[in-house]
Amino acid sequence: MSDKMTDTKRPVLEVRNLSVTLPAGADRVNAVEKVSFTVNPGEIVCLVGESGSGKSVIAFTIMGLLAKALKPSSGEILLEGENILAADESRLRELRCTRMSMIFQEPMTALNPVMTCGLQIDEVLATHTQLDAAERKSKIIAILDRVKLPEPERIYASYPHQLSGGQRQRIMIAMALVLDPVLLIADEPTTALDVTTQAEILKLIAELQEGQGTGVLFITHDFGVVAEIAHRVAVLRWGELVEMGPTEKILSRPEHAYTKMLISSVPSIHPVHRGVRKDGPTVLRTEKLGKTYSASAFFQKARVVKAAVDVDLDIRKGETLGIVGESGSGKSTVARCIARLIDPTGGKIFLGDTEIATMSAGKLRPHRRRVQIVFQDPYRSMNPRITIGESIIEGPMNFGLKRDEALARARKLMETVRLDPNSLDRYPHQFSGGQRQRICIARALAMEPELLIADEAVSALDVSVQKQVLELLDEIRVRLNLAVLFITHDLRVAAQICDYVAVMSKGRVVEYGSAEQVFGSPRDDYTKALFAAAPGRNWEFGKFAAA
Amino acid sequence: MLDFIIRRLIAIIPVLTVVAVFVFLMLRLTPGDPAAVIAGDNATSDQIADIRNKLGLDEPIWTQFVIWIGNILQGNFGESFFFKKTVAELIAQRVEPTLALAICTLVIAVAVAVPMGVLAAYRHGSLVDRFVMGFSVMGFSVPVFVIGYCLIYVFAIELGWLPVQGYVRIGVNFWGFLERMVLPSVTLAVVFVALIARMTRASVLEVLNEDYIRTARAKGLSNRVVLMRHALRNAAVPILTVIGLGIAGLIGGAVVTESVYGLPGLGRLTVEAVLSRDFPTIQTVILLFSVVYVVINLLIDISYTLFDPRIRY
Repeated sequence: MSDKMTDTKRPVLEVRNLSVTLPAGADRVNAVEKVSFTVNPGEIVCLVGESGSGKSVIAFTIMGLLAKALKPSSGEILLEGENILAADESRLRELRCTRMSMIFQEPMTALNPVMTCGLQIDEVLATHTQLDAAERKSKIIAILDRVKLPEPERIYASYPHQLSGGQRQRIMIAMALVLDPVLLIADEPTTALDVTTQAEILKLIAELQEGQGTGVLFITHDFGVVAEIAHRVAVLRWGELVEMGPTEKILSRPEHAYTKMLISSVPSIHPVHRGVRKDGPTVLRTEKLGKTYSASAFFQKARVVKAAVDVDLDIRKGETLGIVGESGSGKSTVARCIARLIDPTGGKIFLGDTEIATMSAGKLRPHRRRVQIVFQDPYRSMNPRITIGESIIEGPMNFGLKRDEALARARKLMETVRLDPNSLDRYPHQFSGGQRQRICIARALAMEPELLIADEAVSALDVSVQKQVLELLDEIRVRLNLAVLFITHDLRVAAQICDYVAVMSKGRVVEYGSAEQVFGSPRDDYTKALFAAAPGRNWEFGKFAAA
Repeated sequence: MLDFIIRRLIAIIPVLTVVAVFVFLMLRLTPGDPAAVIAGDNATSDQIADIRNKLGLDEPIWTQFVIWIGNILQGNFGESFFFKKTVAELIAQRVEPTLALAICTLVIAVAVAVPMGVLAAYRHGSLVDRFVMGFSVMGFSVPVFVIGYCLIYVFAIELGWLPVQGYVRIGVNFWGFLERMVLPSVTLAVVFVALIARMTRASVLEVLNEDYIRTARAKGLSNRVVLMRHALRNAAVPILTVIGLGIAGLIGGAVVTESVYGLPGLGRLTVEAVLSRDFPTIQTVILLFSVVYVVINLLIDISYTLFDPRIRY
């Protein structure tokens, strides 16, 4: 650590030698091990690390909101010089939201759904100040205006579910900053948001923080966000701080092998040239595919949601088509229609030469095998009560394969996804997230599909694991000459794995072409806006040889 | 909202029709001739035939049904064979004790069970929690009449604080009414406290893991405010549901409790009517109970909107 302390002001936060003990029986003794760092006024310090690195534990320790099972065992946390690790509960309550505030990852669930947003901010003022109702209200309207929410009066009276994710995060920020705390802790505040919303929120945090001179401890796993917002970066692994320094130095000249590995794993936003093949037979083609949801009622006009409109796509053998878009763009709807998990309401789907969009469930059954999906969340897409072996062979056995043949196939597939074939009799919880996603891939491949759909299949994974799974998927595509439909919101991932890219917005494909063309010279305004919002787009993350 | 209420009210019609048909048939198919029962042991067969004729019991069964339904739709519930009064009169006389018992029971149950459940959830795994859970198991498993007789023995006979049995109309002597309401209500409330406390505990426990509870704590709110303002209101919907379902149990419980404490309510009326094969009374009472049950559950569904703004019908 070599911080140049040019600022003579006292740091707002000093963490010294902090250790937090995990309950007995955990995979390691300490969640956080002898971590020290400081946050100065007006400074944004990023804590970066993969899941399990202890970054959130540090944040919760500072706020005094640790789960009861976790115990700080040594060290000090100084908030403007006061050791809050030694403070009692009532002192901590006084400090929360007045001196230190926190915003969380999930704006969708972080607000109380049964209270209006205005009242939720009002609680902060009613608890910590002597202001009367009218003064509180005008202060709240002012802060809602400052976080750039439109029509503050209306927002004040709105319930959280009436607002978008970005607006809810603005409410959280307003709540956190209404009393001008000296320290703001932001725990992955933009991870759950769309890329364009993320860019706005990052800008807002930076502006407010600069204006008030607030120190910010910003927790993230995303190096794009780090490049965008951080003044200094601290890299954590398994609870230990491995490297800390100014952002520019960490990103371009990392010293620690782990930091190098992490930064090298960040996918580049520039597509790799993969050579366009136009020769393979078409595996899947959609014609004016549409999906409309409608809800009707007695006395009201029926509400109609067009989730997908006139979607034309085609994928050839050995090719990866990416569908890129923000939440609600219809990309998953299209994938689910193609797999006939939901029924399209218009258009045609050709699987080879067979039209399957309107086929009845009974006739569809033999074709089910030909399209397989790998889902986003490897923790929830496997039945926790059956062994992974049973999960893998269930599909093929449904289609008539004998048990021992299916098991032999499963063993071979486990090798394909680089897992130990002898672990087929284990249960999903005995595997890590990355391993589970490999098992999900093996499960899909066991059906010997012609089309593999990966629906945000790497989005829940840490960046280093994500890299391995992406490489595996691409290797399998080449080896089996598979057609792959890759759904993602992550432009960097799309750039690395797709031959063709379709950009979706509001149910429509707004741009469709080869990855090089779409990424290199986007034509549509929405595509351009999407790229402009990608965090760290101007930063080419280096590829460092592991030291 | 209006749309929802209308749809739900329309949906009541088939439910009640099914109940009506079932109630009507079930009683006609039970062995035993009601005319013979009314006429008494020493009646001649002529007398029995006469009674049967007067009551329309010798018509074909579907004609009886049509007449019966037609009368009910006009508000004519028939005349009790046994009590020699119109059923409407009979029910009007008996409704007050049961209504009073039900309301007192619900008030006691909610007032005791909700705080108990919240406390158990907040002190999850502690002695308090184990006590509440233990009490729940006991409340479920001990029959109502056992609790009733135990309470009578302790509080009425040994300690002499409260009267053993009987009922005083609320308009006659309020204090006397209250005195005689305490033991029956507490008796009947035990099983509800068990049910509601358990549901409250489970519901609050789940809510306490939600992100917005963490947000509320991060605001610097006290534990009491976090629990009562943030957790409980979010946990309300399942608790309300259980209260609604519990009304059905309340009706069954009232039959036993009224018998134990000698309350002249609808529960005891049901028992008396069944024992004397008093068809018009039995039918009307069962229909009344189903209407009450359906309407209360409609009210509960509507009350969800008061607690959760996301629920809109």
